[in-house]
Amino acid sequence: MSIGHTLLGLLESGPRHGYDLKRAFDEHFGQDRPLHYGQVYSTMSRLLKNGLVEVDGVEAGAGPERKRYAITDAGVTDVAQWLSRPEKPEPYLQSTLYTKVVLALMTERNAAELLDTQRAEHLRLMRGLTERKRKGDLADQLICDHALFHLEADLRWLELTAARLDRLAETVRG
Amino acid sequence: MTPEGSLLAADGLHKAYGATPALDGADFSVHPGEVVAVLGPSGSGKSTLLHVLAGIVRPDSGTVRYGDRELTGMNDTERSALRRTDFGFVFQFGQLVPELTCVENVALPLRLNGVRRKEAERQARDWLERLEVEDIRGQRPGEVSGGQGQRVAVARALATRPRVLFADEPTGALDSLNGERVMTLLTDAARDTSAAVVLVTHEARVAAYSDREIVVRDGKVKDMLAGLQ
Amino acid sequence: MTLLDERRGGTHPAASGTPAPPAGLAAWARDLGMGLRFAAGGGREGWIRTLLTAVGVALGVVLLLGAASVPQLLQGRDVRGQARQIAADMPVKQSSSSLVAAEADSEFRGTRITGTLVRPDGPDAPAPPGVTALPRPGEMVVSPALKDLLASPDGALLRERLPYRITGTIADTGLVGPNELTYYAGSATLTTETEQGGHRIGSFGIDVGEATPSAILVVLIILACVVLLMPVALFIATAVRFGGELRDRRLAALRLIGADVHMTRRTAAGEALFGSLCGLLLGGLLFLVGRQFTGLVTLWDINAFPSDMTPSPALTVLIALAVPAAAVAVTLVALRGVTIEPLGVVRHATARRRRLWWRIPVPLIGLAMLLLSNRVDEGDAQVNPTVVAGGAVLVLSGITLLLPWTVEAVVARFKGGPVPWQLATRRLQLSSGTAARAVGGITVAVAGAIALQLFFSAVQSDFTSHTGQDSRRAQMSATLPSHDMSTIRKMLKEFRDTRGVRSTIGVIEASVTRPGPLRKGEEFAPSTTLTVGDCASLQELLHTGPCKDGDTFIVTDHTGTADDDYILETARPGASVLFHADPQSGKPVGKPRLWTIPKETRKVRARMDPSGSLAFGIFATPGAVDTSRFHEPTARAMLKVDPSVPDAAEHIRNTAARLDPLMQIITLHHTTRDQQFTSIRTGLLVGSTVTMALIAASMLVSTLEQLRERRRLLSVLVAFGTRRATLAWSVLWQTAVPVLLGLVLAVAGGVALGGGLLRMAGKSTFDWSAIWPLPLAGAGLVLLVTLLSLPPLWRMMRPDGLRSE
Repeated sequence: MSIGHTLLGLLESGPRHGYDLKRAFDEHFGQDRPLHYGQVYSTMSRLLKNGLVEVDGVEAGAGPERKRYAITDAGVTDVAQWLSRPEKPEPYLQSTLYTKVVLALMTERNAAELLDTQRAEHLRLMRGLTERKRKGDLADQLICDHALFHLEADLRWLELTAARLDRLAETVRG
Repeated sequence: MTPEGSLLAADGLHKAYGATPALDGADFSVHPGEVVAVLGPSGSGKSTLLHVLAGIVRPDSGTVRYGDRELTGMNDTERSALRRTDFGFVFQFGQLVPELTCVENVALPLRLNGVRRKEAERQARDWLERLEVEDIRGQRPGEVSGGQGQRVAVARALATRPRVLFADEPTGALDSLNGERVMTLLTDAARDTSAAVVLVTHEARVAAYSDREIVVRDGKVKDMLAGLQ
Repeated sequence: MTLLDERRGGTHPAASGTPAPPAGLAAWARDLGMGLRFAAGGGREGWIRTLLTAVGVALGVVLLLGAASVPQLLQGRDVRGQARQIAADMPVKQSSSSLVAAEADSEFRGTRITGTLVRPDGPDAPAPPGVTALPRPGEMVVSPALKDLLASPDGALLRERLPYRITGTIADTGLVGPNELTYYAGSATLTTETEQGGHRIGSFGIDVGEATPSAILVVLIILACVVLLMPVALFIATAVRFGGELRDRRLAALRLIGADVHMTRRTAAGEALFGSLCGLLLGGLLFLVGRQFTGLVTLWDINAFPSDMTPSPALTVLIALAVPAAAVAVTLVALRGVTIEPLGVVRHATARRRRLWWRIPVPLIGLAMLLLSNRVDEGDAQVNPTVVAGGAVLVLSGITLLLPWTVEAVVARFKGGPVPWQLATRRLQLSSGTAARAVGGITVAVAGAIALQLFFSAVQSDFTSHTGQDSRRAQMSATLPSHDMSTIRKMLKEFRDTRGVRSTIGVIEASVTRPGPLRKGEEFAPSTTLTVGDCASLQELLHTGPCKDGDTFIVTDHTGTADDDYILETARPGASVLFHADPQSGKPVGKPRLWTIPKETRKVRARMDPSGSLAFGIFATPGAVDTSRFHEPTARAMLKVDPSVPDAAEHIRNTAARLDPLMQIITLHHTTRDQQFTSIRTGLLVGSTVTMALIAASMLVSTLEQLRERRRLLSVLVAFGTRRATLAWSVLWQTAVPVLLGLVLAVAGGVALGGGLLRMAGKSTFDWSAIWPLPLAGAGLVLLVTLLSLPPLWRMMRPDGLRSE
């Protein structure tokens, strides 16, 4: 899972302070693994360096100095490319897919498209497995079936998510 | 817009049932020997697309071309004749005539095409054998298992050696093992006869038997092969 | 099966120590109640099923109630008809409370008009039923229907005949039926002396008691009832099964939640009970509504008041009890062949082959009963109605019992054939019972009708007599009510001048007696008839040969019906005859009026006259005898009508009425038929039409039900490119095969039953032409059902069926 792309995605809905970013990340994606603030800071520096974000303003306050980050056009393009690039199908990749779906919805991109793209990628792998199964021996068939069933589970979950997009969108944008 | 060398191609299909649009500008094409999976959420218009492509339902607008013939311009009799001779069909359930034995069911489309009974039933037996259900040929559909019944249905769809085979959730009522076997037999047989297959399914493992998939969403078709390239 | 049985046993509540479910009556009540609830609240499909059953049962109930009303209907008509009769055979003395009445019936455009002329002798003269005040001379009271007719443009012609002033209408109590044309007209001149007969009566009405119909008629009536009502019973039985497969699926769901086999059966019985109760109620309502319109319908000359359509109470109670009971019984019997399991319905149809051994004896016993029963060819032989009805019922129900076996046995042999044929026969092989049930009604109706037709045509000679009348030579005949020669001539001229009369045959007849004393061995003086007419008229009665005015003829009878010697006692050429003699002594009354029969009188042979009688005696042309010397001559006129003149007959009747309201005009027919016989025949025809229509309806319902169940399959077949014609033919065969088998059985059974009846009636002529129209009607029925199921079939063959998933 790419933290950089996730934070960039979160910025798309509007400029945020570094601490806000951490809180938003934790709220949506970090249930079991909250983000360290240092991680946010280092990621932001990298993104600043790459020109994907810019400092929108600095607020002097009682506490530490607070920078407000905003996404650049290059950053938006980068997020779009990341979202539309299918993940390599592998078991247990729901978290990345979930992040992508939620980000797509938050940034009001077409989540259905994302799902279609991902399914196409999954199917490509599944075709290969199916073909191998057809020609292979029993061991091959069992191994391929294992993979096929997992991949199918991913896709089922995707379908389900797609079907629930409307409700999800309300929660996310809520 | 129709790709070169395609066997069956549709362009700008619109079809509405009452106020609900089922197809809203859908395009489609399939080449000889190609297996195309039609995917999409339920209610997206998958089955309607299949029915329009097969000439069962006439679209409100748009064209369907089969070879060098325009399906949409044919009358009901011509389309029925085409379905008898050039197309084959497999559905999810309820497709076998309950009074006829399995072999008679398979022979039925041949006989509708005018093949004599003896000859039709001989060919039907060959197909039953090929689909590994030769032993139940004398039984009625009510007396055989779902998997056997579906194999009989596939045999029936293939018996006329159709150029295009339309399959609407052919494994929908089957368990995994039977579903896979039916898909293997179906696609093998289709490839052997270089028939094109239009396969409507919601199961990825079934869609994995295809060469290519399209997604129907809100009555529009998305060709994933084109999308990826 | 055994596995399921064990499982069922294991989960039985009683076995696991929970309180035992209610047993016996309580269980029945509970499960019937559940069935009632299912039928009443079973959602849309449940309602459709209940409605189908209810409508079917209701139609049957309407017919049954109608049949139950027949006795009351006929009795009501008889009673009112007798109450206004003129008792001609019981003359009373003239008093202030007597009156003279004469029947002056007529006919208008084929409809009978009942007319009576009345002349009260005093102020206390009785009025006929339904009439408050007797009409005075020149006035009349009329029935409402006649009043309407006279007031309408159509009645203008009739108004000429009945020119009296209308002073009142006849109330219902004085009418046999509401559409009856009846009038009472006052007369100033009516006497009891008139030839056509006024009668002096003290009150209207006669008491003839009930006319006992002939034994053959009793047999016919019993059979007609059996033949018409058995299909109705079968139809009700079929109606109770409407939507049965749907019901079975629902019951299977009941089994899933723990109902046992008996509970499901009782629940099904409850559903059937509800449907039939609804049907009973609906049928009763339909009947009550329908009887209001009975006055509008005239069936085979019978037209009744709504109050006449009152079912006999005993029969009504029987219907009210038997219909629901039959519904429950039929359901339970139908479920015998079905096992409702928690996960679906298992039919034993194929497993349990039908046996022939117990079916064969039923019709045979019935036939034996008929053959062994009394012969009824002697008109007064007693018929035991129970034996006849029982025999007929057994033969007919035997046929319905044989039908399922026959259908099964025959259909099982069908193999191959074209696709529609294959589809149809395979379907029949799988469920021949349904088909056989649907056809059962037709078979009974046709078999019964064939039997009756055969019986009819054989006994027709008993009821139809050749009148001997020749309607080609003359169409109407009248006896002129006058003995006055000049009046008679005037009347004949009036007829000749009437519009539409082409020619008249007019003869004047008088009695002539041999003069002189009685001879040895004679008890009275011999006499014969002298008939006078012009050559043209005489040629209709005699083979005159060349004829000119002044000729005379003597006719002896060559058929042997009259005694020639006796005729020749009086009618000898050159002999004298006496015009006015005392019939006993032969002595002249008053101054002897003698006429000498010319010597050159020829003997010729008689010819059948147009009214069918053979004349004999002396015949003379007007130039040969002076008719003014005749004593009490009578005149007959036979009229040749010009068929191109519309209402010619009515013009003639008008002329007759103008001459004398009591003059009777007879229309000449080749044959006459006993009125009661005709009624039964027509009744049977109407009845079988209604029955066939009912059967067609039930076949249509089951065909549609079957099509609806296979909506999806039909769509799939369409997807395969199946031609509509293929499926249409398959529907046709599917209906035609059982109907054909049913008709074969029906003809066989009908001929057997008819043969039995004929033997009973002592007849042996077999009129095969009576048979073929009925199978033809059956074939028409098949076509009708097929045609009517085509539109729904087309509708269901649309691909919409593929979408419903």
